[in-house]
Amino acid sequence: MKKNILKLQGVTKVFYTKTAETVAVNNLTFSVDEGEFVAIIGPSGCGKTTVLSLIARLIEPTTGTITLASNKKQAVGYMLQQDHLFPWRTVEKNVLLGLEITKNLNADTKEYANKLLEKYGLGDFKKHLPNQISGGMRQRVALIRTLATNPDLLLLDEPFSALDFQTRLEVCDDVYSIIRRENKTTVLVTHDISEAISVADKIFVLTKRPAKVKKIFCCDFEKYPTPLKRREAPQFGEHFEEIYKCLNGEDDEL
Amino acid sequence: MNFNDLSPLHKEFLKKQKRRKVVIHLLQIAFLAVFLGAWELATQVGWVDGFIFSSPSRVWNTFVNLFEEGNLFKHVWASTWETILGFAIGTILGMLIAIILWWSDTVKRVFEPYLVVLNSLPKIALGPLIIIWAGTGKSAIVTMAVLISVVITALNMLVGFCQTEQNKILLMQTFQANKAQIFFKLVFPANIPTLLATLKINVGMSWVGTITGEYLVSKEGLGYLIVYGSQVFRLDLVMTCTIVLCMLAGAMYGMVALLEKSVKFD
Ligand SMILES: Nc1ncnc2c1ncn2[C@@H]1O[C@H](COP(=O)(O)OP(=O)(O)O)[C@@H](O)[C@H]1O
Ligand SMILES: [Mg+2]
Repeated sequence: MKKNILKLQGVTKVFYTKTAETVAVNNLTFSVDEGEFVAIIGPSGCGKTTVLSLIARLIEPTTGTITLASNKKQAVGYMLQQDHLFPWRTVEKNVLLGLEITKNLNADTKEYANKLLEKYGLGDFKKHLPNQISGGMRQRVALIRTLATNPDLLLLDEPFSALDFQTRLEVCDDVYSIIRRENKTTVLVTHDISEAISVADKIFVLTKRPAKVKKIFCCDFEKYPTPLKRREAPQFGEHFEEIYKCLNGEDDEL
Repeated sequence: MNFNDLSPLHKEFLKKQKRRKVVIHLLQIAFLAVFLGAWELATQVGWVDGFIFSSPSRVWNTFVNLFEEGNLFKHVWASTWETILGFAIGTILGMLIAIILWWSDTVKRVFEPYLVVLNSLPKIALGPLIIIWAGTGKSAIVTMAVLISVVITALNMLVGFCQTEQNKILLMQTFQANKAQIFFKLVFPANIPTLLATLKINVGMSWVGTITGEYLVSKEGLGYLIVYGSQVFRLDLVMTCTIVLCMLAGAMYGMVALLEKSVKFD
């Protein structure tokens, strides 16, 4: 029996500005099981980033509750669209940033971070500065920076959209295999249907703003272990078509 | 990297660059030599009056005299010390003001307009007031140097702090960073280049403050010598002091530039 690690119940978020009141998220309810890889897909501007910010507690919901089944102080790891590595810090120092801030930097956690760097091919680049390594490697460093605090839940906000297409496929493969090996529950946000199908166990399709869950798809790719292989699977096209129709369809029923 | 490992074309490129640098240096020296030569010649043959315009040889003699009297060092030291004090206090104070304004948005909104007005005020207009408040000694001169550099430092640094990339601050917040952590781990290091640029400006600013301060009060220093020289019509002295001043300000600027080179991270 799998347990819920994250639960949103009737979550609404309204933004107020001088000229407008924007309902970004309206009465959103969903849950994520432990170990699951969930992709949230929806048209741009529909409120996806807002949902992740709510889960990460960067902003408070207007109404509704968000429950996280974790007793850690730093339960959520949030990976942003760009790597945002600090150019004056070495790769190693960048990776340790989260530990420093949460005051969890000690011999054990430092060793854990260093092991991650070595395991994922960055051992030789620890002392390099970010502008001395490639874009794909930078994204990997950003992921390890997030993993170093050992969060129970990973949030990824269109993590590949800043990369060119070729690099994007490679980095996606990379990130996917790291997340699977570290066995992290993950919520990935994207507007790219193929990307969602190639990584997720479950896909939540959101409506236009204000965001609500329109439909949930389950992806079954048991014999296809990586995103690139999934893209070659026969059912990939079917899934794509279904989700494409759902995203662009007029039917607004749940 | 070893020069011998480079490809021939790369070597050629580097050599060309080096040659170009040497040529530029030679031209700079040549310009100075021609300028000094023309100046000397013009006074020797009487195209211009050496008494009014001075000349390189007169400057040199004045310099040697000052040096032998043992007075040069005293004046140079007085001005340099006042400038360094003004520079340091102005920079640190300006930085503190910028940090406070960055820290609290309310404080920033309240005080920013005042800062902008102060910045456009010619600080020398405050000279007479400063003399009354801070006396006619060194403290008045240092106050002048501080006043001239502090406002521009505060404004420059504040602009830099506020331009720190919003998404990098968001990244810090995803780790629940507090304001102090955001400042010391992100905002301040990201603004080291702004700080260095401000230091460069402040070298000039604090010299302006010191010299104008010395014009108004003081019994020693290069500013004092310049005023004294012009009053007794010893223009050789004025010219010599101006040239010494040029060299001092240049040296101080050079030190900041060296500092800048040593902290470059990309
Ligand atoms: N801080 C904010 N203040 C006001 N409006 C906001 C704010 N953040 C997001 N919004 C609005 O909420 C809507 C959803 O934004 P977002 O969650 O970023 O969408 P997505 O990530 O799906 O593209 C947009 O219309 C956006 O303009
Ligand atoms: Mg977004």
